[in-house]
Amino acid sequence: MALVQLRQVAQARSGDKGNTVNIAVFASDASAYEVLIREVTAERVKAHFDGLVSGEVTRYLVPNLHAMNFVCRGALSGGGSASMRMDNLGKCYAASLMRLEIEAGDSVNLSKS
Amino acid sequence: MKKIRIGAGQGFYGDSILPAIETAKRGDVQYLCFDSLAELTLAILQKDRQRDRAKGYARDISVTMRELLPFVKEKGIKILTNAGGMNPLGAQQEILRIAGELGIKGLKVAVVTGDDVIDQLQAWEQQGISLAHMEDRREVEAIRSRIVFANAYLGAGPVVEALQQGADVIITGRTTDSALFLAPLIYEFGWGQEDWNRLAQGILMGHLMECSGQATGGNYSGDWQSVEDLDSIGFPVAEIREDGEFFLTKTEGTGGLVSVDTVKEQLLYEIHDPSAYMTPDVVLDLTGVQLQDAGVNRVHVTGARGTKRPDTLKVVMGYSDGWLGQAIWGYSWPDALAKAKAADRIIRNQIQRMNLQYIEVQTDYLGYNSLHGPLAREPAEEPNEVYLRMAVRTGSKEDAAKLGRLVPPLMLSGPPAMGGFLGMMKPRELLGMWSCLVPRAIVESGVQVNVLEV
Repeated sequence: MALVQLRQVAQARSGDKGNTVNIAVFASDASAYEVLIREVTAERVKAHFDGLVSGEVTRYLVPNLHAMNFVCRGALSGGGSASMRMDNLGKCYAASLMRLEIEAGDSVNLSKS
Repeated sequence: MKKIRIGAGQGFYGDSILPAIETAKRGDVQYLCFDSLAELTLAILQKDRQRDRAKGYARDISVTMRELLPFVKEKGIKILTNAGGMNPLGAQQEILRIAGELGIKGLKVAVVTGDDVIDQLQAWEQQGISLAHMEDRREVEAIRSRIVFANAYLGAGPVVEALQQGADVIITGRTTDSALFLAPLIYEFGWGQEDWNRLAQGILMGHLMECSGQATGGNYSGDWQSVEDLDSIGFPVAEIREDGEFFLTKTEGTGGLVSVDTVKEQLLYEIHDPSAYMTPDVVLDLTGVQLQDAGVNRVHVTGARGTKRPDTLKVVMGYSDGWLGQAIWGYSWPDALAKAKAADRIIRNQIQRMNLQYIEVQTDYLGYNSLHGPLAREPAEEPNEVYLRMAVRTGSKEDAAKLGRLVPPLMLSGPPAMGGFLGMMKPRELLGMWSCLVPRAIVESGVQVNVLEV
């Protein structure tokens, strides 16, 4: 088992609505998607964003796109136009998530690395 | 089978106009749809309107129309835009004025009004309609006296009506972004109001197009370095058939990239539950969507499913939430981060000593933690320079402005080797957003379509 950063097996985009940020994560292929489903749970994402996301994190699976969508409530210290944060629109949350380290099985293709 | 081509003109107020001109010239489109309104744009436009009753629409509409009206006349391209913002009727007058200047005759400009519901809130509450926040059910009392705008997200209906009346240009306020793209399909193909799956394909098309370059290689997290010519990026063009299937592409010779990987990132952008994306016209289910490469810069999109539209419409309100004051300045190696942190301590002590009433003080170190906050890691090597940005939240504009004045003295009396002070930054009003759901009939009864011709 190898420890890899999420950026090696996925791409992602994040955006805002009110005080909520969603992060859509796309696995590079079917085998990476299986690993992501196992490793990147809502709880892990919530823990990863400790200090940035104050509300709950919900995970939705979109298997037809090898995707998972994380909806993070209370993520922008009030929301785009009320927040003092530099990333007030949450556009960097996807990048932040790509730091996450996961246990990848031997079958996972790390071509992106 | 009948098909039409639609181009994306703009993704927000302030977006480049050049890609829309390219699409008008060479994109072989019958429609150009512009989304000018992000959630917070109405707040900016409301301030414009407070200063001048004739304003309150997206001001770049003047340039847009000057560039594009000739194509409307020559090629019959129709322009649909929600750039009317807080004053669609004012925008209509501006467009007619520009048409006059350009000597264009026989142009029909339609305007959709009725999304601005601020004057109706009181009556609605008296009728027992709740304005509680749609996510956490907070009651509206907490913010009622501070509301600066309230607009309902309208669907495609009134825009379709304007097309039926022969409009060449349609200007709206808070029409839902994707509905602007759906309207031409309903008009051209005669899709029924309950043709949920086709409406869903249309909304999906609009959703992929409404953020302009984000579907053609912009803000792409994959192999972004391989995306060519972002300096001349083409905005998305959809070629859509009567049955709802469509190809997403862009104008030949423009920069950027349309591929399954660039398009799928946009597919879930700002979506919450992918099986139930609520829009005024249909509830969209993305869980069966298929994206297929169909050649260079061409992606085939199928499989959106729809279910019955909601009986409610979303109303978004903005409310005053204090003022933001900020200042940015930098320090040189050696010990750049330590110097910046020392400067932060000095300013915080001075704020206390001067008894400035700040609700919150926040400090970010640019190049280190300003975008990742607590997730950032200390740089492994000592950086050449570090900038800090201090921000304060306070109740008054005057107090917000006082922060910046504390900074210049540090040049002579603070840590060594300071540079890059960006000067006094104008305080910015902070606006909270409040979303609620109201019965659609009480909004729609006030919606009007008016057409004027020059």
